[in-house]
Amino acid sequence: MTAYIIRRLFATIPVMVVVALFVFLLLHLTPGDPAAIIAGDDATPVEIEGVRRRLGLDRPIWEQFGIYAWGLLQGDLGTSIFSNLPVTTLVAQRLEPTVVLALSTLLVAVICAIPLGVVAAWKARTFIDRIVMGFSVLGFAVPVFLVGYVLIYIFSIELRWLPVQGYRPLAQGIDQTFRSVVLPAVALGTTYMALIARITRASMLEVLSEDYIRTAHAKGVTTKSVLLRHALKNAAVPIVTVIGLGMAALISGVVITETVFNIPGLGRLTVDAILKRDYPIIQGLIIIFAGTKVLINLMIDISYTFFDPRIRY
Amino acid sequence: MTTPVLSVSNLTTSFLTEGVWRPVVRNVSFDVAPRETVAIVGESGSGKSVTALSIMRLVPEMNGKVEGKVVLAGTELTSLPEHRMKKIRGNEVAMIFQEPMTSLNPVLTIGFQIAEALIGHQGMSRREAEAETIRLLEKVRIPAAKSRFNEYPHRFSGGMRQRVMIAMALACKPKLLIADEPTTALDVTIQAQILDLIKVLQDEEGMSVLFITHDMGVVAEIADRTIVMFNGEQVEKGQTEDIFARPQHPYTRALLSAVPRLGSMEGHKRPMRFPVVDTKTGLSDVPTEVPDTVAAAERPVLEVSNLTTRFDIRSGLFSSVTGRVHAVENVSFSLLAGETLAVVGESGCGKSTTGRSILRLVEPNSGSVVVDGQDVIGMDQNALREARKRMQIIFQDPFASLNPRINVGQAIAEPLMAHRMCSAAEGRERVADLLRRVGLQPDMAVRYPHEFSGGQRQRICIARALSVGPKLIVADEAVSALDVSIKAQVINLMLDLQVSLRLAYLFISHDIAVVERVAHRVAVMYLGEIVEIGPREAVFGNPQHPYTRKLMSAVPIPDPARRGTKRGISNDEIRSPVRAPDYVPPVRQYREVSPGHMVQIWGPEWEEKAPAIVRAA
Amino acid sequence: MATTTAGAAAPRVRSRKGPIAWVRRNPTITVGAAILLVLVVLAAIAPMIAEDPLSFEPSNRLKRPSETFWFGTDQFGRDVYSRVVYGTRISLAVGISVAVVATFVGLVIGVLCGFYKRVDAIVMRIMDGLMSIPSILLAIALITLMKASLTIVIIAISIPEIPRVVRLVRSVVLSVREMPYIEAAVAAGTRNLVIMYRHILPNTLAPLIVQATYVCASAILTEAGLSFLGAGTPPEIPSWGNIISLGRTFFQISPWIIFFPGVCLAITVLAINLVGDGLRDTLDPRIARRM
Repeated sequence: MTAYIIRRLFATIPVMVVVALFVFLLLHLTPGDPAAIIAGDDATPVEIEGVRRRLGLDRPIWEQFGIYAWGLLQGDLGTSIFSNLPVTTLVAQRLEPTVVLALSTLLVAVICAIPLGVVAAWKARTFIDRIVMGFSVLGFAVPVFLVGYVLIYIFSIELRWLPVQGYRPLAQGIDQTFRSVVLPAVALGTTYMALIARITRASMLEVLSEDYIRTAHAKGVTTKSVLLRHALKNAAVPIVTVIGLGMAALISGVVITETVFNIPGLGRLTVDAILKRDYPIIQGLIIIFAGTKVLINLMIDISYTFFDPRIRY
Repeated sequence: MTTPVLSVSNLTTSFLTEGVWRPVVRNVSFDVAPRETVAIVGESGSGKSVTALSIMRLVPEMNGKVEGKVVLAGTELTSLPEHRMKKIRGNEVAMIFQEPMTSLNPVLTIGFQIAEALIGHQGMSRREAEAETIRLLEKVRIPAAKSRFNEYPHRFSGGMRQRVMIAMALACKPKLLIADEPTTALDVTIQAQILDLIKVLQDEEGMSVLFITHDMGVVAEIADRTIVMFNGEQVEKGQTEDIFARPQHPYTRALLSAVPRLGSMEGHKRPMRFPVVDTKTGLSDVPTEVPDTVAAAERPVLEVSNLTTRFDIRSGLFSSVTGRVHAVENVSFSLLAGETLAVVGESGCGKSTTGRSILRLVEPNSGSVVVDGQDVIGMDQNALREARKRMQIIFQDPFASLNPRINVGQAIAEPLMAHRMCSAAEGRERVADLLRRVGLQPDMAVRYPHEFSGGQRQRICIARALSVGPKLIVADEAVSALDVSIKAQVINLMLDLQVSLRLAYLFISHDIAVVERVAHRVAVMYLGEIVEIGPREAVFGNPQHPYTRKLMSAVPIPDPARRGTKRGISNDEIRSPVRAPDYVPPVRQYREVSPGHMVQIWGPEWEEKAPAIVRAA
Repeated sequence: MATTTAGAAAPRVRSRKGPIAWVRRNPTITVGAAILLVLVVLAAIAPMIAEDPLSFEPSNRLKRPSETFWFGTDQFGRDVYSRVVYGTRISLAVGISVAVVATFVGLVIGVLCGFYKRVDAIVMRIMDGLMSIPSILLAIALITLMKASLTIVIIAISIPEIPRVVRLVRSVVLSVREMPYIEAAVAAGTRNLVIMYRHILPNTLAPLIVQATYVCASAILTEAGLSFLGAGTPPEIPSWGNIISLGRTFFQISPWIIFFPGVCLAITVLAINLVGDGLRDTLDPRIARRM
């Protein structure tokens, strides 16, 4: 088990190297002068030269990558061109809202989706199943900003139950945070919920047709026990996998949701960086998000051993 | 006459397909008396399994319906509400299934899976149930039962899992045990253990058994009475002895004539065709011994010497080799034109790997394989492709061996085209000819594999193998997946082809009774090595190696008169060919018993062991 | 087989034929395809049914939906209906282009990976790396570095979709390679290349077509998301994402600017997903598991 975790940790190294190389090469392989791109469209040649010197863009490319990679290893994600602050500082400032939003979304989605999926599989091809599946197909199609704006319109503008936009940090009280994060979490969670409900149903259906479920029925086990004890644990591996994959999609969704709800998180940092063409920030965010995703995958892989005793590493 | 434990009358089960109710079981009626064993025997599609599921009311409610009466100890089951049926299942009637590998829940401990029924039906506390479960595990002769309570099914072999299934079924002391092909997926020596175990436990518990099987040998071995099913109907029922001695229905006669009986070839030197019985009239031809095809004077078509194939098992931090499967270990034999050498053995003995190594579908580690005078090992890709014209292979699964997207004509022509042996027009001609040869119609060439039955598909695979005019055919369990009567027909075809084309067959099979029927010579494999090889008559008539003897005595014989009194219950497991990476196989010596009959000299591990528990006489 | 399960015992009969019966058996594909057809026609005849999407009339700023302006107007007085109709062209073009590019490139790489172990080891590491970058960020990075244009957007969305296709194709190739009929072909002396295009490629087709529909749907959503964030198609192009992006500021007083393109987007993606689900169920129910 420990050997497995160590091996998996080692296996993340090439992945992160590829990511770092990719964001690095992206800047250098795109047509045009990287210094000019970073300095912006209306920069003077002197400014461009300044950028070039400051970022070390005049050195040989391998040396540049060496410096960049060495910096990464020491936790240096680069420096914002616009504000001249380290990217890590900027990220730290904006981290809380994003983490709160992502975790609440995860919670909302998993708590709603798994029971829905189990019921749909149990009552397969009935009215209930059709409703759940219909919802899930719809949830896939509706873009997060549409759900977001519709929710704001109904609950904040028409009913005035919740704040329109913005975020209240945890320091101001958890109930305030909750009120500000409920709509974004539901909006962002819709797609995610659809995804998990769908895989839960599919996975459960497959398990319910297995021989050992027939054995359980032949033993006279109650329906509840068949569903929850015999089937759900077997269905868990694909469900957990999809939850992990969904976390990655969630990261993309966060950027949009934060824009819709005006939440000052990493998503807003990204959008600001796009507007100011502050490439080092985007570079740093990619590394952070990719690293998060790799860690989530690792956790998911390890969690398999908990659900399936056959998986022993 | 005592009141029966189970009384089934006019049972009809239908399934909803494409909006129409189609009966799969029609008007089946029978009784099972206390302590009696009744067998339902039939081939695929006969409805025997559906009958069992109907009794248990495990037919899916959405698209299945059960009509008729099923009375279990005075309770009518078909009309019982589901919540009451749940109290009967696993309590008064229990069931074990064919696939021990998939019938246990992989994520729950076996202890829990057995105790669950005890807690649910008998209202036992957790601790009581645990104690009772351990007692049950001991009862089914699982070694170190106590320590295995908290283990998961994947740690158990197939045979041991089937024991767990039996323990689970017996947990609540049911009046009736329904066993649906419980030994079909098991190796023959393990099958013998499980059959014995069921019999012993039946005596001890005083329960009745309804045994579903396709195997006439198993029926003869265990059943008091037998019901023969065909196409969803019961065509014959009666005392097992009567059915075997005086089958009335033409189908029963056809079925019985297609079943090879171990020992029936005594006095015959050459392979023998199966009798062909008309399923309508029941009339049969007289089977004949095939003519002598063996070209004893010529150089053998295939000479294998010191063939060794091993697979590395890698694991751990640096994917280092942590074990090695010694699949084929120093195997040598030769095969003449027109001769059939059967390779027999149980799962993991390396018989299939031997066949595949000869064709270099897997790469052997060392040794030589001389086909038609040329050594195949060490050939480059082009030479190997050329050599494969002279050797072909037929696989076990006729469904997976044909690409579903390619029509049969193209499939048969594939080897011809690969070797550019003829033009497209000639190819069509050849395909038509080959189809005729294997007993199909030439116009079938344009059809796709899903339009054919299993037996027909295997004929197509034979035609494909024959298309390049090979001298050697490796038949890797080629008839094992087929129903008895189809199996007999395909074997007859193979024997006829051997006569007309002087083919050499390497007949790889686990079915010892079939092997006795078709082989000129037999090689018995165990853990990658040949332990005994020789003329069929010598090996079957005078088996020397302890493993050969064990194997032969485990084969159920389809003759109730010879019902086994021969073995004690053992719980030996088939050993694994996985060894430590530094394992050096011992040097083996053989001694010649009679001309051509060689036996490996065995060590102390084969010395006579007292059977674990001797059955009460 | 020696035994049979309940389902296998019943003979499979294909009862009715003809287009009506087909529609009845495949309602999802039919509904999805019908909606798509309507959208394609609308996109094709856009100049006939809509005004110039760029013409603006400041006096008509932020008008509610009415008989003249079906979907209302935006802050420049442009007709939202006309812009949405023209937006259909952009979305469909992006969706289809990305689906074609990503599946084609993914197919080639996937087949190579499935066949050559050495290629596989390297390429799959690269794919793992690419897959761990959130697709929207990858596209944002590409677009910030280059001049925004439709082509760049298509490329930027295609790149993160490729690894998914590669994985799918590779898994199909690897599993088909284990089939006995491939072994039979090898034993028959068939050459590797022939085995590849005759036995293996046809098997990847069904899952690939299904995957292509999902790629298409997700590309349309990603394009809208990118434009919404201001990192997509140039703002002068009336893509749905751009329309919504512009409507953001006036959302509280003129929600229609966001609502109508949003709904169109949802309907389009829904239609494509329905076709995909339907195809998946008819072509091969088993591939559902690999997704």
